[in-house]
Order: sequence, then structure tokens, then C-alpha cells
Amino acid sequence: MPADLFAQVLNGLAYGFLLFLLSVGLTLIFGMLDVVNLAHGSYYMLGAYAGLTVIAVAGNFWLALLVAPLAVAVVGAAVERSCLRPLYRRGPLDQVLLTFGLIYVFEDLVKGIWGGRIRSIPTPDLFASSVNLWGAVIPSYRLFVIAFGLAMAVALWLLIERTRLGAIIRAGVFDAEMSAGMGINVSRVFTLVFAFGAGLAGLSGVIAGPIQSAYPPMGASILIPALIVVVVGGLGSLKGSLAGSLVIGQAETFGKVWLPGASMVIIYVVMALILLFRPQGLFGRALK
Amino acid sequence: MRVRVALFVLAVAAVAAFPLGAGPYPVKLLQEILIFGIFALSLDLLMGYAGMVSFGHSAFFGIGAYTAALTLVKWPGLTTALLVPAAAAAVGALVIGFFSIRVSGVYFIMLTLAFSQMFHAVAFQNSFLGAEDGLVGVPRPDVLGLSIGTLGRFHAYLLVIVGLLALFVWRVTRSPFGHVLRGIHENEARMQAVGYPVGRYKLAAFVLAGTVAGVAGALYTQFQGSVSPDAFLWTTSGQALLMVIIGGTGTLGGAFLGAAAFILLQSLVSSYTERWMLILGLTFVLLVLFAPGGIVGTLRGRVGLRA
Repeated sequence: MPADLFAQVLNGLAYGFLLFLLSVGLTLIFGMLDVVNLAHGSYYMLGAYAGLTVIAVAGNFWLALLVAPLAVAVVGAAVERSCLRPLYRRGPLDQVLLTFGLIYVFEDLVKGIWGGRIRSIPTPDLFASSVNLWGAVIPSYRLFVIAFGLAMAVALWLLIERTRLGAIIRAGVFDAEMSAGMGINVSRVFTLVFAFGAGLAGLSGVIAGPIQSAYPPMGASILIPALIVVVVGGLGSLKGSLAGSLVIGQAETFGKVWLPGASMVIIYVVMALILLFRPQGLFGRALK
Repeated sequence: MRVRVALFVLAVAAVAAFPLGAGPYPVKLLQEILIFGIFALSLDLLMGYAGMVSFGHSAFFGIGAYTAALTLVKWPGLTTALLVPAAAAAVGALVIGFFSIRVSGVYFIMLTLAFSQMFHAVAFQNSFLGAEDGLVGVPRPDVLGLSIGTLGRFHAYLLVIVGLLALFVWRVTRSPFGHVLRGIHENEARMQAVGYPVGRYKLAAFVLAGTVAGVAGALYTQFQGSVSPDAFLWTTSGQALLMVIIGGTGTLGGAFLGAAAFILLQSLVSSYTERWMLILGLTFVLLVLFAPGGIVGTLRGRVGLRA
């Protein structure tokens, strides 16, 4: 494999795993709560900025990677309790609109607190260098993102498939009403899943910081690729979210290299092609 | 019924007389409200009547806006100002609708959103369409041999077009076709069982709404004299949705009230504080939480006005 091709594949993988961390929350929240959370990108943005602050105060990237997602998860739990909870009995539209309004709120809050200019999270010292892999020069931070994403994917799979909490979440995704009937405190699980998804989005915001830098509209612009991942992978499916992320990550990266004039269109074409043959997405349940 | 006709005539008269007593800035705001009002109206036809919530309505607004910009520069006239953009938007809606109506609910929302973003990506990167900057210096057409370059004449032109479109959409919702759409909204399976070709009706509604949105886009191009890829942006669809919801879904008139509330709030708040997005966002959140029927719904509840 030519070296630059190899480098692109790795770039695409890093971007793909970033999308995975983001879309996993989106897909779980949809699967469980039936909410299309348009503000999901906002948690990504909040994560990046919370990370900036932790680094400014404590000077440690790894601490930011731990603290920022927790802070974002708390925000997510608060939003679920205060805003989304009253809407579950209404149609999906109200939730879509509410979360659309929240995008404005969060974006402006971030502008007010951190200012509107582009800021970059410094790459942690441990991964500041580049490595030479089969003739391709790869920033080692990209390799860290890939490894971290892979580890998170395995951890999430274990959590969802092998633990009691995971079984409860799976049951909730399958049929929330029935799980409630079986004596599960669904409302608490809803908050937990929403906070967890928001936290993961925050985590991906910190991870993305050294690669993509932080700017207020970053949340609204990452949302569309994340939604596409979810649609391509199949709504509510963890496997689908992983597969979709990797497909879209490669499509976007190679689009930028091979078709710079049409790179933004590529992911939509990929989505349209997949949906044409599998309307429910790669791993989605068949549509009614 | 009589109340409605009176309200409509009153509204038209007020809008028509507005430039006589107001400065150029308020008149421009009103014109923007008219354009976004008709855009929101077309979306209300889709979601309020057919029950199809689209998050990609900006696709047709943008198609209309760009078609008008491209053709008006070469052949300025009423055909290129209105008919060609409408036809282009109709074709776009036919294609997107063909794929999108196979799914419903959240899938429909996501699919329409993705399609509109696809257009945004094309407009953003295509130099023929002016890429990031869009197209500028679009002339306004002559109407009946008169130039509509001045504020007052453009106002009259806008009022006539928007008024006719609103009447047309209102008529559609009262037609047998409109009743079938409402039936589909209420109970799709039953309409199917009764023998209506539900898919064809939904596609027709989608194309109709897209066509009207295309004209709204074309009017916006003429209003601004330019067009940018933002016309396609998904937040444009989101704003139209908010306008419909603020005004009251399925009320038609609410679309204009919602557009007025949105645009006035935006211009008012942004003139007082830099944090206007925050206030706007909070307002929407509170509206969704506490006034789900929108302005018209809340008024109806208060005054006891019937649907």
C-alpha cells in the first residue's frame, strides 16, 4: 500500500472513531428515549471548551479528558430532567424543536463565557510527536485516538451486552413501555442514558480538540455527520453506529483527497446509496 | 368564516398601507416577514395538514433562490423571477420526495435533513454557484413594464404574490385533496384501507409545498439582490419549523404570525444585546414547553375562537 494512502486510511479511522464516540450517544438516546437530540453537537462543543478550561487551570490534558465529560454529563442530566421529561408524551417534533432551540442557547453561552474566536487544545506531550509507519509519517496523537476509540468501542460493547445495566438499556431500546411494566425504573434509566450520551459527546469534544480546534459553531457543524452516521448505521444500534462511523470517516477523508471540489457531497452520496438498498440502515431493525 | 375573511382583508390592507407610515427599515422587516411567512406557510401545509414533518424544507427555498439568481441575471422577467424557480423547486421536491416518503416520522425528518444538506454542500463548493459567497448583483424583474426597484413598488409586488400564494394554499387545504391529506394525517392505515393511493397523495403534498417554498426562495433572492449557501442550510429549515410552531401548526395564518414573531424578536433583541441567540433559543425552549399550540392555539384557547 502506498504510504500516503495508508496515512489517509489512518486519518479516516481517527475521524471515524471520533464520530463513533459522538454518534453512540445519539443512537442510544434515540433508541431509548425516542428523541432526536439535535443539541448533541452542543455537548461535543461544551466538552471541548470545558476541556480547555481544565487544561488552563490544571495544565493536564488527561485530567481534562476525565473531568470535562463528567461536567457535560451533569449538564445533560439537567437538560433531560428539566426540558425533555415534560415532552415524552408529546410527538417527536416538540423534542426536535426543543433541542434545536438548545443549540442556540448553548452556542451563545459558550460565546459569552469563552469568546467567539477559534481556540486549540494543545496536543498532550506524550503524543506530540509523529511516528514513521511503513514510510508514512503519522502524528502519534491520531494513533492514540484510534486506539482510544477502539478501547471505548469494546468497553461499550461489554457494558451493553454483558452487564445488568446494559440489559436494562437494551430492553429499554427495544420497548421502553414494556420494561417499565416489568418493574424497571425507566425514568431513571432515561436520565442515565441521556447523561451518558452527553458525556460521551463531551469526551469526543476533548479528543477532537487537538485535531480540529474549538470554535462555537463546531457543535452545529459536527451534528450533521453524526446524524448521517446514525442513519447509515441504523437508528438505535451500537454496531451500526460503529460501522457507520468508520464508513463515513473513510468516505469524508478520501473525498477530501480525491475530489476536493465535491468532498462535502460524498458522505451524502454514500448515505443515499446505503439507504437505497437498506432503508433501515446497515444494522437497523426493519422498518414497519 | 366571515371573521376569517375580515381578518384576511384587514391584514392585507394593513400590510399594504404600512409603507405609507413607516420608515424603510420597518418596511424591509415586514417584507422579510412576508417572504418567510409564505415559506413557513408551505411547510405548514406539509406538516400541519399532511402530517409530514420535514427538516429539509430549505432545499426548495434554496433551489428557488439559486434558480432565480441564475436566470434573472441572464433574462430578467416575471417568468424567470417566479415560474422557472417554482418549476425547479417542484422537480427537486419530486426527486427528494420520491425517496423520502418511503419512510415516516423520525426517519423522514433525518432523510429530508440530509438531502437539504447535500444541496448546501453542492452550493458551497461549486464555483458556478459562487461557492461560499453565493451569487450577488441579481436584478429585479420589471412587472407590467414598471421597474420594482423602489421599496414601495417591491412591497406591492411582494404583497400581491404572497397574497395569491396564501389564498392558493388556503384553497388547497379546503379542497377534497386537502381533506384527504388530513385523513392521512389522522390515520394513514385507514386511508390506505379505504382505497386512497396514500403514497401518491403524500408525494403531491410534498411537491406542492416544495414549489411554494421555491417561490419564497426566489422572492428572497429578489429582496436581497443576492443569495448565499445559507439558504440551503439546515438551520433555515429549523427556523421555518420554529415559525410554524410558534404561530401554531395547521393554522396557515399562524405561519405569518410565527415568522413575524421570529424576525421581530431577532431584530429587537439583537439591537439591545449581543446575546440575542441565547434569548431567542430560550424563548423557543419555553414556547415548546409551555405553549405547544403556538400563538394561534393559545389565542383560540383564550378567546374561544373555533378552528
